[in-house]
Amino acid sequence: MLCVERLVKQYPTGDTALRGVALEVPAGQVLALIGPSGAGKSTLIRCVNRLVEPTAGRVVLEGEDVTALGPAALRRARRRMGMIFQEFALVERLSVMENVLSGRLGYVGFWRSWFRRFPPADVEEAFRLLDRVELTECCDKRADALSGGQRQRVGIARALLQNPRILLVDEPTASLDPKTSRQIMRLICELCRERKLAALINMHDVGLARLFVERIVGLRQGTIVYDGSPDGLTPEVLTTIYGEEDWAERRRGPGGEEEEPEVDEQRLAGLT
Amino acid sequence: MTGVAAAARRWTAPPLIADPWLRRGLALGAAVYLALALGTLSVSWRRVWEGLDRGAAFLVGFARPDFVSRWVEISEGILESLVMTVVATAIGILLSIPVGLGAARNLAPRPVYLLCRGLVAASRTLQEVIVAILFVAMFGFGPLAGVLTLSFATIGFLAKLLAEDIEDTDPAPAEAIRATGASWLQLLNYGIQPQVMPRLIGLSLYRLDINFRESAVIGIVGAGGVGATLNTAFDRYEYATAAAILMTIIAIVMAAEYASGLIRRRVQ
Amino acid sequence: MPVRHAAGVRVWQRRARRRQLLVWLGWLAGTLLIVASWQGIAANTMWNFVWDAPAQGADLLARMVPPRWAYTGRLWRPLWDTINIATLGTLAALVPAVPIALLAARNTTPSAVLVRPAALLLIVSSRSINSLIWALLLVSIIGPGVLAGIVAIALRSIGFVAKLLYEAIEEIDRAPVEAITATGAGRAQVVTFGIAPQVLPAFAGISVFRWDINIRESTVLGLVGAGGIGLELQSSVNVLAWPQVTMIFILILATVVVSEAISARVRHAII
Repeated sequence: MLCVERLVKQYPTGDTALRGVALEVPAGQVLALIGPSGAGKSTLIRCVNRLVEPTAGRVVLEGEDVTALGPAALRRARRRMGMIFQEFALVERLSVMENVLSGRLGYVGFWRSWFRRFPPADVEEAFRLLDRVELTECCDKRADALSGGQRQRVGIARALLQNPRILLVDEPTASLDPKTSRQIMRLICELCRERKLAALINMHDVGLARLFVERIVGLRQGTIVYDGSPDGLTPEVLTTIYGEEDWAERRRGPGGEEEEPEVDEQRLAGLT
Repeated sequence: MTGVAAAARRWTAPPLIADPWLRRGLALGAAVYLALALGTLSVSWRRVWEGLDRGAAFLVGFARPDFVSRWVEISEGILESLVMTVVATAIGILLSIPVGLGAARNLAPRPVYLLCRGLVAASRTLQEVIVAILFVAMFGFGPLAGVLTLSFATIGFLAKLLAEDIEDTDPAPAEAIRATGASWLQLLNYGIQPQVMPRLIGLSLYRLDINFRESAVIGIVGAGGVGATLNTAFDRYEYATAAAILMTIIAIVMAAEYASGLIRRRVQ
Repeated sequence: MPVRHAAGVRVWQRRARRRQLLVWLGWLAGTLLIVASWQGIAANTMWNFVWDAPAQGADLLARMVPPRWAYTGRLWRPLWDTINIATLGTLAALVPAVPIALLAARNTTPSAVLVRPAALLLIVSSRSINSLIWALLLVSIIGPGVLAGIVAIALRSIGFVAKLLYEAIEEIDRAPVEAITATGAGRAQVVTFGIAPQVLPAFAGISVFRWDINIRESTVLGLVGAGGIGLELQSSVNVLAWPQVTMIFILILATVVVSEAISARVRHAII
């Protein structure tokens, strides 16, 4: 379904974020990308839909080479890839409905979107998704009036309204509390199963990843160092991914909470 | 929304103004105003049509500006504008500091505060050109009237922003300085000045820039500077000369903006 | 190092010696410049006029009061024109200012090497030239009247609005823009869905702010023949009809105060 081949990304600053990453995601598989800050997780998923332009290598989606597409064809390819963001990335001054409907922008023309005249089928589907994420009541509220968990559900509805084949999910729970984090992860995984979507999920939280996904890929300094089932994540493997740390001790810790990794400055720099 | 049958749900974007009567009232008011304003506009389109040739001549003048034939007037005018700008900004800064201190609610006693705020308000409401007319009537034609005009305008601008800045300062350091037994002037020097200095420098540079631009204008009413030369050039339809003057002004403003950007970065 | 050793005692100074020297030199140069400039002005000043200024001022004041209230009747029409010059000029400026701002903002410009400098040059040219000078130019081209005033106000306002707007665009949150791009939206859709909602309040605030400034500026455009109440001011000053001048000042002041109050209220409501 999605095939990433020898992907390399070097930023103009000289930082190399990805050093020849190869990855294959079959249809319907939910996969978590884990790794320390600056390992290149965010760069990798942004290279898939070319929000970040890869330096070398190919991204092939359902047999189509995304890296070779012109602007118009790239926009059509992006419709098939829904994206969910860490800080929700909603347009705060637009209403919930407008945010959800913006998922259809790749399908409708400029003037239709300008006058907010989306096809009735799109509006109907948007309502269905809002029902599914339990936000129908809020449809005319402004996005900045919602709580974090609600906002992320709007973000999920927006991504699904694209009718995508794959979800690219960037740290979906990093701005949420532990309970909401689990709810959001559960929702994403349920929706993927219902709609038979593949998903590529960046995660900081190894414990949460173990709980929900069937395959885990560990990234360190732009290279894949682990690819397998969650059960294979032994302390030795975690050490290769994250470096020296007493993993057994941490798992025994009260509540099993992971400590938050430091702010990923390199990644932020890469975005701007 | 939930009560509606699932198959027939419609959605329209929520309007910017929720109250429909207010929305329609505002739209109607705007339409009536526009109709009235455009309807009472007295424009002689023939004159405009005839003028297009001159407009073209001006654009040609911009392509081939003439610095040479009126070089003496241009250079003297620009120099006078620059000189006026420097003196007026210096006087303006010197005067705005006490006025700004007086207009800061957290420093000045009530009567001083009101007096300074009144001065600031007067300076801000009066258009520079109007002030220039009055000063020219009092002090006679020449750059001195211009300098006084620009100094007065600088007070309104700088003192207001300085006062707001002082009111926004962190009170903790000032309190700590006061706790050491410092006098009022020492308090200013150690508690307030370090906090507001970078912005004051930035604003002063910005005002220098504004004063130069304004100095090109007040010459039209006889207060010195390049404005008089420009006025003459337009009166005689010497567009190439006018273009030369305008281009000089633009170049100086650009240079000033670039330089002040550099200085501001160093100060902060 | 600001700490120096002299005869075994540590002496603290605020700045190192070289830096201190530079600071002093800077002050010296600045003072010399100001003094030299001042002498240039003093040389071009008729000092007996200046010594006479207090008397002149008192005399002027005596002639200015009382204002000629009856004159007000002839001022309403020019005042209406003045308000129209400011309002229509501002509206006319908003239309070109938006695309210019989009071309000038680092994150929306199609080309940072070619298009952005051109847009910035347009902005600085518009901003450098005061509306009164634009009016001078336009009166000479399209003839005296309200239209010259409107166009002058518009030309000056384009640069102002475009500058503040492009700065606002450069400060937006990038995440929603990225999200809208990721949905497969086109360039224009990214601007209208991702950027426009974020800068709309700023844009409205800037427009009202500029309108308020334009009211003030349009009161004097008549001095060069570009219509409005300034025309009356010009003719009254020319015939030294000071009571009429006072009346005009009162009316201008009232208009400016009212427009500033409106502008402040609207901006407060938006932000």
